[in-house]
Amino acid sequence: MADDEIRDEEGNGGEKTKFLFIFKRPPHGAIYPYEGLEVILIMAAYEQEITAAFVDDGVYCLKKGQDTAGVGIKEFAKTFKVLEPYGVEHLYVDRVSLEARGLTEDDLITGVEVVEAEEIANVISAQKVILPF
Amino acid sequence: MGYRMKFAILILEGPYQHQASDSAYHFTEAALKKGHEITGIFFYNDGVYNTTSLMTPPQDDRHISKRWSELVQQYKIDTIVCIAAAKRRGITESNLAPGARISGLGQLTELGINAERLITFGD
Amino acid sequence: MLFTVNKSPFTTESLRSCLRFAGKDNPVLLYEDGVYGAQAGTALEGFIKGALTSRIIYALKEDLAARGIDSLIDGVRVVDYAGFVDLVAERNVCPWI
Repeated sequence: MADDEIRDEEGNGGEKTKFLFIFKRPPHGAIYPYEGLEVILIMAAYEQEITAAFVDDGVYCLKKGQDTAGVGIKEFAKTFKVLEPYGVEHLYVDRVSLEARGLTEDDLITGVEVVEAEEIANVISAQKVILPF
Repeated sequence: MGYRMKFAILILEGPYQHQASDSAYHFTEAALKKGHEITGIFFYNDGVYNTTSLMTPPQDDRHISKRWSELVQQYKIDTIVCIAAAKRRGITESNLAPGARISGLGQLTELGINAERLITFGD
Repeated sequence: MLFTVNKSPFTTESLRSCLRFAGKDNPVLLYEDGVYGAQAGTALEGFIKGALTSRIIYALKEDLAARGIDSLIDGVRVVDYAGFVDLVAERNVCPWI
């Protein structure tokens, strides 16, 4: 989305609020990442600056080939793939967390960026709101 | 500290099971005591259970939903229970604690935009 | 940015992972079960002391008291809820929960 499309409806001088979602938990075992994703989908309508970072077991949320039919829980990894049109431009994945779990970028859905912890640390320090899921 | 800051609070865990709701309560109380403003409290995930009017804990224990109700009514704090999370868990207008209202995640977004700080308490 | 950790470092990697992302200038607050990391004489004392060389670590007074922790690693600072509020007001918060 172009910067000149920034809206000024929130009375905050037209500046977008920077929201970072940090996904630290694996999918399915608990509802945290799923409900985090639901917040992103709603928040996207507000045209703020949304970023997501996946660290620790959170990297499992992006694993390809999840089939949840047998456990009867909604599969949602695919939804992370379609976030770009919603204005979520970056899905950062912590390289150390990924490698510690024996995974590579090829094991993940497309559209993610595997980066070093320092880069995620820089993203964190630039945020106004950090939501852990 | 003279500056009156706008805080918003997000709670992701239910009462009694986890300390998160207690931590959030004590943080909120301390912020108010310091003269800060709490622009909103948002209950999400199992956090919505904090707002059921049906809880009846033993008399020698804290009454978590009543305690929240009294605080948010005293300070007129906008207290929002996520509708999707509430529906999943059987929290409706009919069993909602006084002082809370049911609304959508858009309200959480607005709290994040308008408050100076949004702090999350959860597992 | 204040990083907050609420898990015991003996149970989860939460504190270790938090320290990887919290830059050197960012303080860490231990609260809830996180305060077990502040206790002196544990197997993790060396690790915590190492972390203290490049950042401030706070532990929440009320949670320490609730868990009977009265002997703290040298250098860990104690704050109460009012102090917690001040820390968040000063520098924003990244809940590492």
